[in-house]
Amino acid sequence: MSSIPHDHVHGDGHAGHAPHPTGLMRWITTTNHKDIGTLYLLFSLFMFFVGGVLALTIRTELFHPGLQVVNPEFFNSLTTLHGLIMIFGAIMPAAVGFANWQIPMMIGAPDMAFARMNNWSFWLLPPAAIMLIGSFFVPGGAASGGWTLYPPLSVQGGMGFDLTIFAVHIMGASSIMGSINIITTILNMRAPGMTLMKMPMFVWTWLITAYLLIMVMPVLAGAVTMLLTDRHFGTTFFNAAGGGDPVLFQHVFWFFGHPEVYIMILPSFGIISEIIPAFARKPLFGYPSMVYAVASIAILSCLVWAHHMFTVGLPAAGLLFFMYVTMLIAVPTGVKVFNWLATMWRGSMTFETPMLFAVGFIFLFTIGGFTGLVVAIVPVDIQLQDTYYVVAHFHYVLVAGSLFAFFAGAYYWLPKWTGTMYDETLGKWHFWCAMITFNITFFPMHFLGLAGMPRRIPDYAQQFTDWNMVASIGAFGFGLSQLIFVWVVMKCIRGDGAKAPAKPWEGAHTLEWTLPSPAPYHSFETPPVVK
Amino acid sequence: MSGAHDPREETRAANRRLLQRLAVIAVGMFGFGFLLVPFYEQICRVTGLRNIDRADTVTNTQVVTDRTIRLELDSNVRHLAWTFRSLEPFVDIHPGELRQVVYEVTNTTDRTITGQAIPSYGPLHAAPYFRKLECFCFAKQTLRPGETRKMPVVFVIDPKVPADLGTITLSYTFFEVEGGANDNQRAATPREPSTTTRSDS
Repeated sequence: MSSIPHDHVHGDGHAGHAPHPTGLMRWITTTNHKDIGTLYLLFSLFMFFVGGVLALTIRTELFHPGLQVVNPEFFNSLTTLHGLIMIFGAIMPAAVGFANWQIPMMIGAPDMAFARMNNWSFWLLPPAAIMLIGSFFVPGGAASGGWTLYPPLSVQGGMGFDLTIFAVHIMGASSIMGSINIITTILNMRAPGMTLMKMPMFVWTWLITAYLLIMVMPVLAGAVTMLLTDRHFGTTFFNAAGGGDPVLFQHVFWFFGHPEVYIMILPSFGIISEIIPAFARKPLFGYPSMVYAVASIAILSCLVWAHHMFTVGLPAAGLLFFMYVTMLIAVPTGVKVFNWLATMWRGSMTFETPMLFAVGFIFLFTIGGFTGLVVAIVPVDIQLQDTYYVVAHFHYVLVAGSLFAFFAGAYYWLPKWTGTMYDETLGKWHFWCAMITFNITFFPMHFLGLAGMPRRIPDYAQQFTDWNMVASIGAFGFGLSQLIFVWVVMKCIRGDGAKAPAKPWEGAHTLEWTLPSPAPYHSFETPPVVK
Repeated sequence: MSGAHDPREETRAANRRLLQRLAVIAVGMFGFGFLLVPFYEQICRVTGLRNIDRADTVTNTQVVTDRTIRLELDSNVRHLAWTFRSLEPFVDIHPGELRQVVYEVTNTTDRTITGQAIPSYGPLHAAPYFRKLECFCFAKQTLRPGETRKMPVVFVIDPKVPADLGTITLSYTFFEVEGGANDNQRAATPREPSTTTRSDS
């Protein structure tokens, strides 16, 4: 795309800036997009392990039928907090971390548009996380009505729900500020010559994701505020005894909730769209159609929320509308998958770890997409609602989708971030362990769901035992394989590995590869010119 | 960073303008969340999906409305000076429909008599499809001299009743039996030794 001599890029270095504090204060007061990106990524990695421990406790309990490890109330808290922590604590902050690190470097901006607000958006997250995790220790325990916080349980539950509601408020505010920052950076601070249709796909996907976040995060804030006033201030939005309706909450929640699932997957699409061309050594096939596909997915995602509610008693016309619109999303998603395949077609592909994760992503995400089409069919969904089939479906798109793409992105950019090449052997081990154990964990859940095992139960009928044992064994394998990733990251941070060149991937052409590795603290003080 | 025409200063001003616009969208969407509440109420009212002013009407989907069976109600007494009749000679009912019919019995003698009603069905193979939920024939009936009693039968005809059954006769016959009904009031009534029940066979 452009070639900029390095001395122009980080020319004056620290000369024009006050010396920044060191030690802990550096991280607390930092307004540097790279520091904040690192904080986001490390925070999400930590929360990923917290959510993972909850998941493994769930899988331990489900290893055998009957109640062995935890009591049912605590089990409900485990499933609820596993969902909330993984979504709001791991996946979303990780996506924002990638945005912070990469967007300014990919569009040739010196930093994010609002550096101080950027600092604030990050430092809101740890208090929210403390409230979520701390809610396990308050009377009544953590929230236990499922991550969707449906009333009446969320109105009747104990103090854990209040903490969860406040945590959602804070994380929502953080997301909204982060999104405003990202949109402003992308729209106003691109390097001269970088038109919108020359932006890297990752930047495009995040631009659209950020708009989605601004649209729907406030709606979630409104929904949980209504829960809060129902709980403590005598309103009856969701209380049938006072003229309210619990189903109303589901409508408001899923008006947020469905765009939310695309908020979690679109940045991953962007990462994959960077990695596939780099390792196929071909430009991305159908770039304009990719942009339009992402935009259509975003628009359609706002029109399909009731497909989570096929069993609440919608009129037949509503069921048909939401079924058809849901199936329509398969069209732009299919465009993306076929474009990735066409990018790989006859490319000179090599399979370094980022590419392995990217190909694994396409394979498994497509399976998750297909099961999504299955549950979009109303009569089938009425059969499968709240069974393990649904659990299998959304773990295929969220774990093998979002998470695998983030692993791919982390391996892809770790040399740029740390200046050290990651350990390729360990990376490949990580991929294959994760790939195999992921499928051992989640593929049997399709069978369990089709056989009728409900989700969110601590005990189950005997005939489900075998596949649950398989899933539990796989889950522990999957959890342990993530330690390889931590090992790889630690090695890179410590500088234990080969020194990374400025551009370790010969097929990569975005602007960040014109910077030296590790990327200097201040980059693109003088904007590069994109031809 | 220095002059008023510094492009960076211009970018900052543009950034602030965009920040304000995006913040307005965010605040507006927060309000939109609450707007969904009256919107939902309106949608439900217009489409009639959810009317909270009226109780739900329950309809029994088990009733086979396109089939009608005539039930003839017959009554007899055997060696018993009681009058015994059904208030209706027949009723037309749908299979699956819960129905109540009433019989009336009067003790025309001057002594307290205990009787037991025995049902029979015509044709006989209708019997398995005739499901009684409540019947005076489930217990002995003790009537004081001159007493009149109205007694219900609550029943459903099974929807699986054979198609050739257009008419069913339900017939009750009262027999006099030993002993009183399990009722404290009637048990307290002194029994006359001369009214020893005859054997009916």
